[in-house]
Amino acid sequence: MKTVLSLFFITNLAFATAQAKSFVYCSEGSPSSFNPQLVTDGTSTNATAQVIYNNLVTFEPGSTKIIPQLATSWDISKDKLVYTFNLRKGVKFHTTKYFSPTRDFNATDVIFSVDRQRVKTHPFHDVSGGKYEYFDGMEMGKTIKEVKALDPYKVQFVLNTPDATFLANMAMSFMGILSEEYGSKLIASNKKSEMDSMPVGTGLFVFQSYAKDSVIKYAAHPQYWGQHGNIDKLIFAITPDANVRHQKLKTGECQFANEPAPADIPEMQKNAKLTVMKDAGLNVGYLALNVTKKPFDNLLVRQAVNHALNKKSYIDAIYMGNAVVAKNPLPPTIWSYNDAVKDYEYSVEKAKALLAKAGYPNGFETDMWTLPVARPYNPNGKKMGELMQADLAKVGIKVKLQTYDWPTYLKKASQGEHSMLQMGWTGDNGDPDNFLNTLLGCGAVKAGSNYSKWCDQKFNKAVVDAKVQTDIKKRTALYKDAQKIFKEQAPWVTIAHSTVFKAMAKNVKGYKIDPLGHDLFTFLVIE
Amino acid sequence: MKFFLKKFLDLIPTLLGISLICFFIIRLIPGDPVLNLVGERGVDPVRYAEMKHNLGLDLPIIQQFWFFVKNACMGNLGTSIVSNNSVWAEFIERFPATFELGMFSLFFATIIGIPLGIYAALKRNSFFDYFLMGTSLIGYSMPIFWWGLILILLFSVKLGLTPVSGRIELTYDIPVMTGLYLIDTLQSEVVKAEGFAPFWSAIKHLILPSIALGTIPLAVIARMTRSSMLEVLGEDYIRTARAKGMGKTRIVYIHALRNALVPIVTTLALLFGSIITGAILTETIFSWPGIGKWIVQSITSRDYPVIQGGVLIISFIIIMTNIIVDVIYYFLNPKMR
Repeated sequence: MKTVLSLFFITNLAFATAQAKSFVYCSEGSPSSFNPQLVTDGTSTNATAQVIYNNLVTFEPGSTKIIPQLATSWDISKDKLVYTFNLRKGVKFHTTKYFSPTRDFNATDVIFSVDRQRVKTHPFHDVSGGKYEYFDGMEMGKTIKEVKALDPYKVQFVLNTPDATFLANMAMSFMGILSEEYGSKLIASNKKSEMDSMPVGTGLFVFQSYAKDSVIKYAAHPQYWGQHGNIDKLIFAITPDANVRHQKLKTGECQFANEPAPADIPEMQKNAKLTVMKDAGLNVGYLALNVTKKPFDNLLVRQAVNHALNKKSYIDAIYMGNAVVAKNPLPPTIWSYNDAVKDYEYSVEKAKALLAKAGYPNGFETDMWTLPVARPYNPNGKKMGELMQADLAKVGIKVKLQTYDWPTYLKKASQGEHSMLQMGWTGDNGDPDNFLNTLLGCGAVKAGSNYSKWCDQKFNKAVVDAKVQTDIKKRTALYKDAQKIFKEQAPWVTIAHSTVFKAMAKNVKGYKIDPLGHDLFTFLVIE
Repeated sequence: MKFFLKKFLDLIPTLLGISLICFFIIRLIPGDPVLNLVGERGVDPVRYAEMKHNLGLDLPIIQQFWFFVKNACMGNLGTSIVSNNSVWAEFIERFPATFELGMFSLFFATIIGIPLGIYAALKRNSFFDYFLMGTSLIGYSMPIFWWGLILILLFSVKLGLTPVSGRIELTYDIPVMTGLYLIDTLQSEVVKAEGFAPFWSAIKHLILPSIALGTIPLAVIARMTRSSMLEVLGEDYIRTARAKGMGKTRIVYIHALRNALVPIVTTLALLFGSIITGAILTETIFSWPGIGKWIVQSITSRDYPVIQGGVLIISFIIIMTNIIVDVIYYFLNPKMR
């Protein structure tokens, strides 16, 4: 009987695979968990939040505009402290080998998902290590006072302070909605940690299997609530080497290669079987000048360094032309970008004059740390360091280049041991606050992400006020001011906003580059 | 009996020494698992202290070491900081892949290396001999990363004979029994469902990585066989056998080869260790989900429990292999008794 059944199943399966559209995505690494609450890296987010889960609100594909997802609409109270979400009806959770839902998505799932991260006594809070880096990093725990259900399809978030970034944060990967019913079942069977390794969500793809460091398989959710493309089977082939991903794309072993190496782009563009898409990335690469150290405590010296570096030459040599010169800490795709700000032009004379005025007519000696990892915002820190070294030598600044491996680099930099430091940032939620306050606010000095250790009261007041202000016009004005102050005070040399490339097979249609750096599969169509 | 007992007693200080070294060396390297987790974002001191405390990294280092040794003795190697899974579970999931690849490449190296070595020894100073020894020198100094990519470009991209990377065709779902795909694909349910296609697919996926990983051992084995054969062929008993008019084949394959094999067996055991280290590069190129990549990743992310636990298990396996070889040796070579 068993054989007959399995034979039946197999023939069924064979029939299904003959018609099924499968899409193989060559990803660069393994996810660290299948719960988006527990991960911060893009690799894990692509494998979890982007496929398995939905949020109450989400970013419109290809932009940072916030649109409804599991919430159909929301109201914000006058004092900006109460957000009430109306939930979508008839949304089904995944049916898997390990869980069959008996009810639709409702308010209890929202409360369950938020409270797991927020409430220390929540039955799941300590499961899988209990570290909610993103939730805590975005200060959601401090922002949210209370989450309550008004009725099964109405959820209310009460905040401690008004926060203009709250909706954008709600759209981020860590606010994906988990199933409360699945949680209760796992509590009953005492297998709580399975929540994070055998996921259940409402997203377009149902988790099927994961062979560690090798393959992740998903199948389309037959009862998905929304519009979607035509992929039936989604397969992540984990392929750590960028060159090998390129070869697999060429042989058709995958239809999409994540993070193509910049050097491979020209060849990919020539290949008639491939599509290469590009878009401005939501990032910034910069050189942080440690204002707590001599001589960078002197504004004139910081301005001199800004004049001394020939940024245009870095765009050509380091980014292969695939970037634009940055003048603001914000990339131009974010609202409130201040295009009126004038950048320090490249001028050896001006730099020398400023140095002389600052009391360093013959320059000085200092050190520069070069980025030890390749990042979209800076693909080759060492080479950029050498170019900067040569530029600074022209104005008399002798630079010693040094670097450490990534964890050490971060540790020493957070302790402020550097004088000049190459660093960068890719935006989390498309809000200007996520650049200006997160990287340059006074609070960020203590938090560790302000690598210039620069705390300017005027600048800080602007970005802090803008965070609690929900009127977008007023926020824009404050951020524009803040960018002007930043440029005058020159705690960084802003270098570049790099272009992001995506490479895929010709028959893949409907792909939109996500400015936040994730890969979106929901609307993909394979022809 | 005393011999075996001594071998096993040696194991204890060796393992203790290894755990001591890797425990402290990884902590001597600057860098911090907590900061690595948070990345560019940074973390404020209060939260930092809290995270360190949760990981037990705020305890005095001697105490941390004591906990590690105590737990290791009870079979608990700790939990990965990055994935929150137990180190043992992480290891056992990946080890079969490395083992399968290692065995396959050693097999490839042996069946090609030994005949080549014998032939070179018999044709000493001929063109073939020089050619082979020259090539093996190249093979020995081959950078695996480059070699792997060249193999992929030639055999997969240009000729389309083998897949670029991975362990098996992505459409197959193989239930895990041993973790060795060459065995798991022969389970009756798989064969019933898909025939032998998954098995062939697994073999096809093994070919390129085995060549890449087996090249250095192949060179070592060929050279070792050659010199060992030359030594044995010069022995008195070979001359005697020849003088008595024994056939050449019999002299070479029965009398000479058997004696020449003894040092080769030892070499094989030592190569087993280098196979695991060589696997680090091979696994990265061929997207092979084994322990090499796992350990390297854990070092870059300063995942202390994984490094300590992983290195301990791997050392244990290598030491055990060597003990087993010593035991085989003991039976193979009467002089040892």
